[in-house]
Amino acid sequence: MTTARALLAAASLAAGLALPLAASAAEGQPHPPREKWSFSGVFGTFDRAQLQRGFKVYREVCQSCHQLKIPFRTLSQPGGPQFSQAQINALAAEYKVQDGPNDAGDMFERPARAADNIPWTFANENQAASANGGKAPPSLQLMAKARSYERGFPLFIVDALPFFQYQEHGADYIHALLTGYKDPPAGFTVPPGGHYNEYFPGHIIAMPKPIATDGQVEYPKGPDGKSPVPETVEQYSRDIAAFLMWTAEPNLEARKRTGFMVIIFLAVFAYLMYYVKKKVWAKVGGEAEGLPGTAPLGPTH
Amino acid sequence: MSDHASTYVPKSAFAKWFESRLPIAGLVHSSFVAFPVPRNLTYFWTFGAILIFMLGAQILTGIWLAMHYVPEATKAFDSVEHIMRDVNYGWLLRYLHANGASMFFIAVYIHMFRGLYYGSYKAPREVLWILGVIIFLLMMATAFMGYVLPWGQMSFWGATVITNLFSAIPIVGDVIVSLLWGGYSVGNPTLNRFFALHYLLPFMIAGVVVLHVWALHVTGQNNPTGVPIKSAKDAVPFTPYATIKDVFATICFLIFFAWFIFYVPNYLGHADNYIPANPAVTPAHIVPEWYFLPFYAILRAVPDKLGGVIAMGAAVVILAFLPWLDTSRVRSANYRPLYRQFFWVFVIVCVLLGWLGSKPPEGGYVIASRVCTIWYFVHFLVILPVLGLFETPRPLPSSILETVLRGKKGGAGMPAGAAAAPSTKG
Ligand code: HEC
Ligand code: HEM
Repeated sequence: MTTARALLAAASLAAGLALPLAASAAEGQPHPPREKWSFSGVFGTFDRAQLQRGFKVYREVCQSCHQLKIPFRTLSQPGGPQFSQAQINALAAEYKVQDGPNDAGDMFERPARAADNIPWTFANENQAASANGGKAPPSLQLMAKARSYERGFPLFIVDALPFFQYQEHGADYIHALLTGYKDPPAGFTVPPGGHYNEYFPGHIIAMPKPIATDGQVEYPKGPDGKSPVPETVEQYSRDIAAFLMWTAEPNLEARKRTGFMVIIFLAVFAYLMYYVKKKVWAKVGGEAEGLPGTAPLGPTH
Repeated sequence: MSDHASTYVPKSAFAKWFESRLPIAGLVHSSFVAFPVPRNLTYFWTFGAILIFMLGAQILTGIWLAMHYVPEATKAFDSVEHIMRDVNYGWLLRYLHANGASMFFIAVYIHMFRGLYYGSYKAPREVLWILGVIIFLLMMATAFMGYVLPWGQMSFWGATVITNLFSAIPIVGDVIVSLLWGGYSVGNPTLNRFFALHYLLPFMIAGVVVLHVWALHVTGQNNPTGVPIKSAKDAVPFTPYATIKDVFATICFLIFFAWFIFYVPNYLGHADNYIPANPAVTPAHIVPEWYFLPFYAILRAVPDKLGGVIAMGAAVVILAFLPWLDTSRVRSANYRPLYRQFFWVFVIVCVLLGWLGSKPPEGGYVIASRVCTIWYFVHFLVILPVLGLFETPRPLPSSILETVLRGKKGGAGMPAGAAAAPSTKG
């Protein structure tokens, strides 16, 4: 009882300290809305068609500025967009990469192969920066894990719990960023070369709105001659965000599948060991364990 | 209790021959088989076994990672990505190792608070306790240097902030800092020496763990009553009783660990560490790994740089003096009504410090950090010494066995022969 009272007192002291702090910490930065993703949750998997569409958006929109440092071959591996080998070979052949030196000591250009990294439009970061008003577009392959935002107490604890787990902050952020271009609020001056974005920290981003209009990217048509998903900015943003989650975590599906088996195995193992332990301890009359904080010889006994 | 001769009897001729030349089997036997264990231990006593398991796991996964990792500033980040993408089960190895460090600290913090609650640092276990504090210090150094290896933004800037602290030390400070850096700033030489040390320190930890277990062997384990083993009836042999319980607890801990590895592998890390290190761009908030946050909060609570460094160091080192700061002769908080309350307040202060360490050092956060920092030291320097003089402890049980029997609500009692069990061979 006394412990409980002390705990309560200390907890309310803690809460009293924490609440005004939490309020003072909330600044004018809105949180990216939480989206539904096929790859969230314990049994989450990627949607192949979505990843293939996302890659198309990358190729047609983002690639002019951003590097995606992954080899072509990974686009055909299990757990990803799973393009066919022939598709990948054809795709790679559209790009030129520098190789060498050859026997004569000269560098030469050749068509890319599946094992090569997807080449970047720019020769290096400085060139990329000078072409983009001084800010180099960052490479995208890890973006979905390299961005996050604070969820604050107590949500950040809930995010780790089974059934509530939330690991998709990065994908949500990318989706929000791409759909977050707005007119600046009155009185907010946007410097030249900058663009107002609701979700970018500080709101001024050097990237011009990359996906400007619905219909900008043509999606593969279904049997009825129409794309099965809407060709809208909203859908493009969603698809590229999912695709970037895959590039950041290409083994996500294998990880979740393995994890499920490992945890089932451990649970069965623990169950067995529990009974072995009970059996062993029965020889000395079983365990009698006092919980911490309960005096086995307290006055109530 | 301290001088029970080894009851190990070598069976084969070879074992006899070997034992008379190097009695290591007898040593293992008396430490992990016949070793008398208080029979009333709770699951809080399984964390020692869990810690040994985690050290082994970190060393194994670490050596495997080192086979693919490149300790060079322009290649380190990419080599970790190579592990994640191209090495077979590389993602598993890395998530095991990165989350393993956190699990190691979760286990060590439970282990240490267990010691604080049950007075496990008191005579005759002072040396055992101090060896534990040394292990904790080595673990912190190891984990700090390990976090630098992937060479992301947080690796680089965390290393910069923490190594810079040493410059506050008068006279030798600058020399120490350039020794750590191997140059004039954190760079490739820093990464190289941190990798060498990160590889070395875990083996030093293993060495100190051997001493820790040796000291334990001499004094025996404490228990929830704090009353020592008085007769064979109070104890059970380590094997099978403690062994099976440790195995069960370790598997349960592994389930918890597996959840993090497979379902929230980046929860305990920081997103910025997926951005390659860039000396030209400072992250908005530089935050250490969660297990350092309480100490980081103490560091920033003191307005003076040198003062902050001293306070942070003292926060760890003060633990080594605990056996002499606590003046109460009663070990277990179960029999110390006042200390028990102060213990829980202290736990909450530590958790609060951890939370404050993750916040920017401004406004109310600074004030709260200062209040908690002061409380942290007052707990050790004022409350513990004074409490022992004024507190009236509850009456202690006359033996461990008595509490075990009472704990069963005067029930079944013990089956015949049970009392003799500890002396029968296990
Ligand atoms: C005209 C060039 C250009 C195009 C096209 C472009 N970006 Fe960018 N992007 C940039 C630049 C420049 C930045 C750096 C912005 C800054 O730091 O202010 C950037 C930054 C980003 C960021 C990081 C924002 C942050 O939090 O730091 C993301 C994510 C991103 N782009 C995604 C995309 C995606 C997805 C596409 C394709 C749909 C795309 N970009 C197309 C130029 C471009
Ligand atoms: C006391 C035990 C150990 C602890 C607490 C520990 C802790 C850490 C931490 C926190 C990281 C950074 C993880 C990340 O974010 O990627 C790391 C990385 C690393 N550790 Fe250890 N480690 C231990 C033992 C070892 C051992 C024995 C080796 C063997 C050489 C090793 C090799 C490595 C390597 C190569 C990396 C870089 C790869 C990576 O970042 O994933 N570690 N360690």
